[in-house]
Amino acid sequence: MKSPAPKRGLTAIVIWLALLFACAVIISRSQFTTDLSAFLPRTPTAEQQLLMDQLRDGLVSRLILIGIEGADAPTRARLSREIAQRLRNNPAFVIVNNGEPINTERDRAFLFNNRYLLSPAVTPERFSVDGLHAALSDSIDLLASSSGLLVKSLLPHDPTGEMVQLLDQINNGNHPQLIDGAWASHDGASALMLAQTLASGADIDAQQQAMAAIRLAFNQAPSTTPAAKLAMTGPGVFSALSRDSIKSQVTRLSIISSALIAALLLLVYRSFTALALGLLPVISAALAGIAAVSLGFGVVHGITLGFGTALIGEAVDYSIYLFVQSEHGTNDRQGWIARFWPTIRLGVLTSVFGFAALLLSGFPGLAQLGLYSIAGLMAAAAVTRFVLPGLLPTGFSIHDVSAIGLRLSRLAQRAAALRWGVAALLLIACVILYSHRTTLWNHELASLSPVSASDLALDARLRADMGAPDVRYLVVVSAASRESALGAAERVSMALRPLVEQGVLAGFESPSHYLPSAATQQARQASLPAPAVLQARLQQAIKDLPVRPQLFTPFLNDVAAARSQPLLQPADLQHTSMAMAVDALLIQQDQHWSALLPLAAPDGNNIDATRMRAALKTTGLASALFVDLKVVSNNLYSGYLNEAILLSLGGLVAIVGLLLVALRSPLRLLRIIAPLAAAVLTVTAGLAVFGQQLIILHLVGLLLVVAVGSNYALFFDRRDSNSAMLPRTYASLLFANMTTVAGFGLLAFSSVPVLQALGATVAPGVILALIFSAIFARQPDAPAH
Amino acid sequence: MTKPCFVHVPNSFRSQLLGLMLVTLLSSVSHAADWDIDQLMQSLAQTRSGHASFVEKKSIAMLDKPIESSGELFYSAPDRLEKRTLKPKPETMLLDRGILTIERDRQKHRLQLQDYPELAVFIDSIRGTLAGDRKSLERTYQLSLQGDMQNWMLLLVPIDNKIKKVVQRIHISGVNDDVRSIEVIQTDGDSSLMTIEKSATP
Repeated sequence: MKSPAPKRGLTAIVIWLALLFACAVIISRSQFTTDLSAFLPRTPTAEQQLLMDQLRDGLVSRLILIGIEGADAPTRARLSREIAQRLRNNPAFVIVNNGEPINTERDRAFLFNNRYLLSPAVTPERFSVDGLHAALSDSIDLLASSSGLLVKSLLPHDPTGEMVQLLDQINNGNHPQLIDGAWASHDGASALMLAQTLASGADIDAQQQAMAAIRLAFNQAPSTTPAAKLAMTGPGVFSALSRDSIKSQVTRLSIISSALIAALLLLVYRSFTALALGLLPVISAALAGIAAVSLGFGVVHGITLGFGTALIGEAVDYSIYLFVQSEHGTNDRQGWIARFWPTIRLGVLTSVFGFAALLLSGFPGLAQLGLYSIAGLMAAAAVTRFVLPGLLPTGFSIHDVSAIGLRLSRLAQRAAALRWGVAALLLIACVILYSHRTTLWNHELASLSPVSASDLALDARLRADMGAPDVRYLVVVSAASRESALGAAERVSMALRPLVEQGVLAGFESPSHYLPSAATQQARQASLPAPAVLQARLQQAIKDLPVRPQLFTPFLNDVAAARSQPLLQPADLQHTSMAMAVDALLIQQDQHWSALLPLAAPDGNNIDATRMRAALKTTGLASALFVDLKVVSNNLYSGYLNEAILLSLGGLVAIVGLLLVALRSPLRLLRIIAPLAAAVLTVTAGLAVFGQQLIILHLVGLLLVVAVGSNYALFFDRRDSNSAMLPRTYASLLFANMTTVAGFGLLAFSSVPVLQALGATVAPGVILALIFSAIFARQPDAPAH
Repeated sequence: MTKPCFVHVPNSFRSQLLGLMLVTLLSSVSHAADWDIDQLMQSLAQTRSGHASFVEKKSIAMLDKPIESSGELFYSAPDRLEKRTLKPKPETMLLDRGILTIERDRQKHRLQLQDYPELAVFIDSIRGTLAGDRKSLERTYQLSLQGDMQNWMLLLVPIDNKIKKVVQRIHISGVNDDVRSIEVIQTDGDSSLMTIEKSATP
């Protein structure tokens, strides 16, 4: 019996070391991320894909909103100009806007010089006698109107009013007021700027550099004073802040939780050897978990690592059971294995069954947590069972904890008296849950965002002041080439124009407004009559109008030139504000092109999706898609939430099934399930009372409470009423519980909502699971003393 | 309701004559009278809201004959002014705290007045006068007043060179706290004359 054990132990150690090495190699090659990917679906629909693309590198993702607060208005405006000037020389920024008329001249020149290629009103009919007469009458009316002064100088060049058409099309009068020559907020208390980065919002390093450049420009601006404060917000800023906060928290949490658990173990074991050996399963678990996620997903999310720090407190449990439950003073680990391993194995299996459900989630964040937990817990248990016994030095023992065990076992024997109390508590919990049933869950994707409430408030304020684009509604068309994407965008524009007139839409943008397809440009050129023809028609058209034909010589010249001007190319837009729009709205991905047409909803209304889809149908474009990003993102999250609820229930059923098979007794099953169910109900009610709305991670936390709690309940489970629980088993449970609470309790203080939710659920949950397990445990029949 | 025009003509004619006489008289006394810009502004500021009809005649060099438009004006102190043109083509122009909304051909344009300095000088001269906002007027114009309370004429000459390129001068005339006409002479020689007829407050 004695001789094969060390040999087997040696084999186990070799295999273990080889696996650890393999894990280390995998991890060294792993990719880590903190971006939104954990919250986005693995197999997105076309609409979800669009949402993801927009979040990752859409126009909006590249905007940084800058506020300058404090000091006085002239100083703020001066700062704004100084910062803008410096940033405009930085190639990392495509556009820096603070209300200074930087591009206005160039934009107007671009529109004016290319008006006959750009204006949708340029058709053969418009240049017929009747068309010219109508267009000129309109222009003369406009001259008489209040805005006449604006168009007066245009009349000789542009009597048909193409420039007015173009300005109408891109009319976006929604920008901030100017104070001392720079944009300012509604209340005038801060100067505002808008910067667009060259890099996409998903490129967090670049976003961080952009933020640093802005901060530097602010700090080094000649007018800067200590009274002036800089504020920045925007999707890229949020990504960078989130990464910082996840990084710093994961680092801090893992250090504190390791130290805390080590201190706890040292206090119990009073032996550094025991501590070092006890941490081996934990380290193995962490390595196995990260390596498994890396292999399974190709990339490891920071949130998963944060979760991993909490799992330290759970993985350490197995070695606690081994060290504490082994008979004191003997070196016989085989006895522990025979006596306790089946229980622990069942505990590990219940946890694995519970987490396996998460693997099925379409939400990569959840699936990663599931895989990490399964790999980690199995590694920790296997190392404890197969490797650790072989590593224990002869005569290894830990501090005698039987005194604590005895006290605990006496407490536990009296615990049954509290059953009625627990029943009352459960009743209260049910009442609370029932009364909070409508507000229990948070259905918004934003609830997962690691961005703090104060940052979100700043964002909302600057955004409202800025009138910054808040792209919610989009039409997207895809095609094989830029030309056909532009052509498709033009067809969609035609279908949308009547909707604008009917008031279904307030307006829309299209890349084809600034860069029409070559076919359209050619058609517009072909609509322009030859000089002699145009002159004759014009003569006729102005017969009854109060103008003389000589006035329009510039018009005749301009049209003649436009007939043979080269077609607009993307490069022609360079250094105008329209370049930014085309860049953002016309996207190349691999071999295909997408054109985006952002829609503006009528004031205070939503866009009628049915009418939009009907209008798109008339274009005959199969790829034209109307997307309401807010609905998509909320549906996405609701989908996750519903899926997570289903999966959690599935996990629960799997656990119950497993226990039923293993225990072969519904009554024993009930004794194990009852304390877990009670813990889950009580914790959920507690969260509701403290005003925490449940997000997905609370649900995962509840699953963890069941998984961890089932270990406790299994130890309390007895086949018959004669076998009593050993005092040292009580002690081991208490220690295991304390390390778990330490690990997860720390998460509860995290400012990353997903980690906080997990901690706030698991820490109180496992304490309750232990106490309830003791209370509901089968009492030994009439103790004989 | 708008009173028929002819009832007013003799009246205003007489007061105009009287005014002219007074002007000559007063200028010789060199502003000794107690009627000055501040008082005019004060009395104008007392009108918190008003409703009037207008006829505007524009003389533009490019066009062979002047073009006329007419409609209604609504004002409420201090910074809401609506000009509703009915003829020849309906158009609504609303100035509300620096935001100008122009509605025309079912199209609505929101402009920030500050972005359109040419428009801003016009509109602000009307708004500033109606509101009796001397401070705001003096930011852009040099003011001078002629006549008396019964028939005054306020002359606005731009101070800023940029604005001088567009506007040469603006004459605003009125009786008591009623503005009766606004004439804008542009630097390029074009001009517009808006005559205003106060309507009874509805």
